[in-house]
Amino acid sequence: MVEALTQNHPYDTVPKQAPTKPSSSPVKLDIRNLSISYNGIPALVGVNLKIYENEIFGIIGPANSGKTSLLKALNRMDMFDSAMTVSGEILFDGYNIQRWRNVYALRRRIGVVFPLPVGLPMTVYDNVALAPRLSGINNKAELDETVERCLKRAALWDEVKDRLQSLGSLLSGGQQQRLTIARALSQNPDLLMLDEFSIAVDPVTTMRIEDVLKELKREMTIILVTNLTQQAHRLAERIAFFMNGTCIEIGDTESMFSGNVTDNRTADYIAGRFG
Amino acid sequence: MFAASGLNSRNNRRQALIRILFMLMTGLLILPVLIILTTLLYKGGPAISFEFLFGNPTNGMTEGGIFPALVGTIWLVAVALLFSVPLGVAAAIYLSEFAAENWFTRAINLAIINLAGVPSIVHALFGVGAFVLFMDFGTSILAASLTLAIMTLPVVIVATRESLQAVPYAFREACWNMGATRWQTIRRVVLPNAVSGILTGVILEVSRTAGETAPIMFTGAAFFLPFLPESVFDQTMAMSLHLFVISTQVPGVPDELPFGVALVLIAMVLIMNSFSIALRIYLRVNKKW
Repeated sequence: MVEALTQNHPYDTVPKQAPTKPSSSPVKLDIRNLSISYNGIPALVGVNLKIYENEIFGIIGPANSGKTSLLKALNRMDMFDSAMTVSGEILFDGYNIQRWRNVYALRRRIGVVFPLPVGLPMTVYDNVALAPRLSGINNKAELDETVERCLKRAALWDEVKDRLQSLGSLLSGGQQQRLTIARALSQNPDLLMLDEFSIAVDPVTTMRIEDVLKELKREMTIILVTNLTQQAHRLAERIAFFMNGTCIEIGDTESMFSGNVTDNRTADYIAGRFG
Repeated sequence: MFAASGLNSRNNRRQALIRILFMLMTGLLILPVLIILTTLLYKGGPAISFEFLFGNPTNGMTEGGIFPALVGTIWLVAVALLFSVPLGVAAAIYLSEFAAENWFTRAINLAIINLAGVPSIVHALFGVGAFVLFMDFGTSILAASLTLAIMTLPVVIVATRESLQAVPYAFREACWNMGATRWQTIRRVVLPNAVSGILTGVILEVSRTAGETAPIMFTGAAFFLPFLPESVFDQTMAMSLHLFVISTQVPGVPDELPFGVALVLIAMVLIMNSFSIALRIYLRVNKKW
């Protein structure tokens, strides 16, 4: 009895996985029969998905298909939205996130990038240092190191290194989006979720960010929600096609883009006949 | 090449007309302010002197200065702010950031709007009942300030809530996604960006508090009391009541005296306002989005 109490509950601390990629990647996220509704109106119905470690998993599909809702559920944002109800199971490294006691620790392991860049109205430095500070790191040297490392990895360092103390919200759109990525990286996440990151970004910046993602894949799992099927083609190893709140089809990117699909809607969407 | 068609020129004429009309309306708006200020300066200006500002009223308040009333008003405003700002800001943060959207929250919001609509004389009677008699503070600065605080609370709450809600939701979301708690988000992202709006509410409150007469008449302000208050349990004179008294209750007051008091009251409010506005501008420099 006493022993049981003194033992760490598995949901208190979950050991971080080693960054090295094993030969057969373990499952990072196991989504089982996930349904999401807002005020009783379903947004996502019965989704089953497995996402493996160190892969870029693409999610494509027309608007209103529940892609963003899925990301919100993964990050436990339903906590902040009283209209949102989530049922089903999401296993993160094998642990059910609904039963995870410290949701804040969970969110720190998941970096999120939104469609529209959100540069917080504080300096570039403070933007990137916010997440470490929130988790209690106040050591100047450590923060400096984190800020520089994350900005470099987000391919933004060279453009802002001389104006770290100017306002983050005054950077250009493309720079702000890379700032958002740097901020997400500052949490040291093992899962990075990008929700249509290129919507407000010019093509050149998009290509730079795509290169960044290919690098980051070695260290973390990436979920890429995108409206650009070609972007999913370029980056993702596997793709899920969502439509009207259901997951129509999951498959290997190469085989899906070479026409190897079972559902006509998927074929039409990938070929650009609708969407 | 782009010659104005009949339709075009008619639309242009109409726009010009509307523009002039609205400009005149705006001009009308400034007119009363200008008239009040010039009249006060013209009629009350001669009354202002060192002795007037820092002397006691003498000879049945028909001569002398207004120092006790000046100090009394500052006491009243300061003590009222001490209660209403923390209370109002905390309530607004709760309503805007924590409260669930349900009938209870809506009822509270409705109550706040109604509180703002209660006439000041009703607040005065409430103050007498609650603070002077029930809490047994007597007629004192404390009772009067608490009455003022309750009366001006809606201004602070509404202004604070509005400025909190003006901070984009995306900022909160971005912060929550980083693993911040609600409170961490409020303290690091929401409040720093709302502070200038909150100050606006406080400025409005100061102006209103300094000028209110009815709520303090029964609760703490004295007709004539040529001493300075020593604690919050003392009665005090106040500028607004003093103005009322010497313009209506005391015979034989020279004309420039009430105008002088009014001028000083307005100047006080303007000085406090401009101080807060300067602070606002300073805080605003670093908050752009």
